[in-house]
Amino acid sequence: MAGYILKRLLSAIPVLFGISVIVFLIMALIPGDPATAILGSFATPENVERLNADLGLDKPKWQQFFIWLGNMLQGDFGRSFALNRPVLDEVLERFGATLVLAGTSFVLCSILGIIAGVISAANQYGWADKGITFVVLLGISIPSFFLGMMMILIFAVQLRVLPASGMWPIYGDHNLWVLLRHLAMPALALSVVATGVIARLARSAMLEVLRQDFIRTARAKGVHERGVVWRHALRAAMVSIIPVLGIQAGFVLSGAVYIEVVFQWPGIGRMLVDAILRRDILLVQGGVVFVAACYVLFNIVVDVAQSMLDPRIKT
Amino acid sequence: MSAFLKLLARNRLALGGLIVMGIVVLLAILTPVLPLADPDVTNTADRFQPPFSGAGLLGTDHLGRDLLSRLMWGTRLSLAVGFAAALLAATIGAAIGIVAGFYGGRTDNIIMRGVDMLMAFPYILLALAIVAALGPGLMNALIAVAAVNIPFFARNIRGITVGIAHKEFVDAAKLSGMSNARIILTEILPNVIPVIVIAMSTTIGWMILETAGLSFLGLGSQPPQADLGSMLGEARSALISNPHTSVVPGLMILVIVMAINLLGDGVRDALDPRLKSGALNRPLPATLVAKDRKPAPEHAPGILTMSGLETQFHVKDRVYRAVGGVDLAVKPGEALGIIGESGSGKSVTALSVMGLVASPPGLITNGSVRYEGTDLVGAPYETLRSMRGRAVAYIFQDPLATLHPLYKVGDQLIEAIAAHRRIGRDEGRKKAVELLEAVRIPNAKSRVDNYPHEMSGGMRQRVGIAMALANDPEVIIADEPTTALDVTVQAQILSLLDDLRRDRGLAIIFITHDFGVVGQLCDRVAVMYAGRIVEEGPTRAVLDAPQHPYTARLIACVPELGQGKRRLEAIPGLPPVVDKLPEGCAFADRCDRVHADCRRGHIPLDGSGGRKVRCLYPVNLREAAE
Repeated sequence: MAGYILKRLLSAIPVLFGISVIVFLIMALIPGDPATAILGSFATPENVERLNADLGLDKPKWQQFFIWLGNMLQGDFGRSFALNRPVLDEVLERFGATLVLAGTSFVLCSILGIIAGVISAANQYGWADKGITFVVLLGISIPSFFLGMMMILIFAVQLRVLPASGMWPIYGDHNLWVLLRHLAMPALALSVVATGVIARLARSAMLEVLRQDFIRTARAKGVHERGVVWRHALRAAMVSIIPVLGIQAGFVLSGAVYIEVVFQWPGIGRMLVDAILRRDILLVQGGVVFVAACYVLFNIVVDVAQSMLDPRIKT
Repeated sequence: MSAFLKLLARNRLALGGLIVMGIVVLLAILTPVLPLADPDVTNTADRFQPPFSGAGLLGTDHLGRDLLSRLMWGTRLSLAVGFAAALLAATIGAAIGIVAGFYGGRTDNIIMRGVDMLMAFPYILLALAIVAALGPGLMNALIAVAAVNIPFFARNIRGITVGIAHKEFVDAAKLSGMSNARIILTEILPNVIPVIVIAMSTTIGWMILETAGLSFLGLGSQPPQADLGSMLGEARSALISNPHTSVVPGLMILVIVMAINLLGDGVRDALDPRLKSGALNRPLPATLVAKDRKPAPEHAPGILTMSGLETQFHVKDRVYRAVGGVDLAVKPGEALGIIGESGSGKSVTALSVMGLVASPPGLITNGSVRYEGTDLVGAPYETLRSMRGRAVAYIFQDPLATLHPLYKVGDQLIEAIAAHRRIGRDEGRKKAVELLEAVRIPNAKSRVDNYPHEMSGGMRQRVGIAMALANDPEVIIADEPTTALDVTVQAQILSLLDDLRRDRGLAIIFITHDFGVVGQLCDRVAVMYAGRIVEEGPTRAVLDAPQHPYTARLIACVPELGQGKRRLEAIPGLPPVVDKLPEGCAFADRCDRVHADCRRGHIPLDGSGGRKVRCLYPVNLREAAE
């Protein structure tokens, strides 16, 4: 197992390298002179030149890339102009908040999605199946930012049961209960789409498995239908559900950008949007590379989980 | 194509989606000519007018602009941008995919590596990075959304192209000296375009959502121009005081995306052949029983008695009579063989006993299966379940498929016991080891912790038998348990079953297509053909002097050792398809002694002294008489 993990970690290196190349190439799309873009069009030529030298922008592109990559490997992601602090500090701080939100959502959508999918498959063409199918369709069609706004309207404005925005109250204690109350709406709104996608997949994976011979064996043994569905079929279906969970994690992370904006959640998605609007390029660049790298590592965790679940995979 | 459209039309939800989408698109196209107020004219005196208030049908927004007009123009813009993004992504992605798939080799390798790399990103990071580089704006948002979807198209189209690039007509084009570019344009492209269109139709809703999202964040369309996303983004600051300005564009996005999703699902379902054939139906916990079934009267000669059993498969409007009225009985300690070709209905007969025929499409339409007098057909689920494995246990063919691949064999054995009585972890394990030892698995103590894939075929089959023995059943139904095994292992399994029968007084129903196996194990044998028993009797008697021509031909098919001179006789023709059974004898078309009256009316299973045959001109009787 340790060997397998190591192998997967090593295989991530070219991917991470590729990601940094892609981000670097995209940033090279910036029209005109980056220093001008950073300092604004009223900057003096001397300042522009100084900044260019500071940033190493007078060197050839490929040199710039390796300097940038080397710095990142040493934990130096550059400095945010707008915030006047190291990019990595800001990214790490914001990423923590995103992790709380996206992590909760991910757990939520995995559990809800799988349960809904299994119930749907077990009652194929029945009322439960039709109901779930409809809700799922609604869920994957509604824009999460619109859903979030409607939730604020209902639960914060009309019913006044949950705080409308933020991660912590401006005044008062920081405890788990307060966090959960702030987390409830954004986490739910964020998980809706992924829940729908997972439920659909879980349903078809279950239907695929329920026709297999070993299900008939379980029934022939006298295993109760509950056990047949939840123990035998789901266990086998998980083999094809788990990889999709990995993909959905990426979608949850993506959706977090909208939800963070709607609920004023101090996460990395909102930071990126603000940074783009302020043209704080280094912050965008650092944030993107950092989150992408975390996502790649997360997918390794998924692969390892997969190999633990399926003894047939050679580790 | 027309069949496809018909299928799509039959899916009412998809049709609904199509209609809604059609209306929305039509309105978007007509927007410039409709009598709408100018969407960009502000009137701060009339800010935030509610809907139906006289100031426009939907009221006004935070700058007093007519909301209906803005909605229409915004919808038009959102649709256009979503469609353009889908088209852009599809074109570039398809081009990349075709090149990679057509040229293959290193080109393919490098391109697909790049595509995989792009897919390693959560899509929004890529989109945000692109917008960050190009600057906010609707065109840039469009480019970003298209760009993040290119890998999806590239990968799909590559897969299709690889399949086509090795077809004969492409080879022919190459041999005729056509240039690669021409082959791609004239041979490949026409074949992938339908796939591109379908992929587009399923992603366009997604693209509309994504561009709306970027606009919502303020990274897409810039004021005063507004798509649905930026309308929603602008309305957000007035969400609490004037929710209608948010609800209107939000609902519009929901309606559009939902209509597209419905349509996309309909297209996907219409194209999936498995849905049509019902192959994706979930088999119910127990086989369905027809409401008008006539249970057979109670006169049970054996421990397990089937009388007049009929099982059918209903697929679309065809009815396959897999089992057409079977009467069979076994006594304790007796081994009964059921023999027949593939498709003769022997397995379905066996599975009908405990309601294990996959249903739908399976349906028990008539007859009874009595276990110690209780009719199992139509019995409540819980009754059936409590008897499965405990009263009647099964051994299936091919234990690689019939054992759960992800549980240790020991756990599967324990589960079989736990299904019928409480058993602790330690006791269960002890019992599992005992069971494995009973079927003569060496190192049973360590084998309990094996997964099925870690065992040989013979070992797995023994596990299957051990599982059947777990609850000391009275009857074991073995469905071709030795077919997948080599001869020596087969002999071991057979002698094992024979010992178990003698030691435990088990009744065994043994299903096979092999007379050798029947001769080794069974006291009696029933020969099945096209869902019916055509001959039944003591094994020796049937083997020595078969009466039904079919049985005779079947026995003639078995090669015998040391008799090299005898001609092996294959039976000409194929068994009839059980959805169009001929009248009279089902074997008539393949029989070399067929008479005219063989094709008329019902032929009963007749005979005396335990020997029965369903034939008007039985073989050895007539020979004996002559």
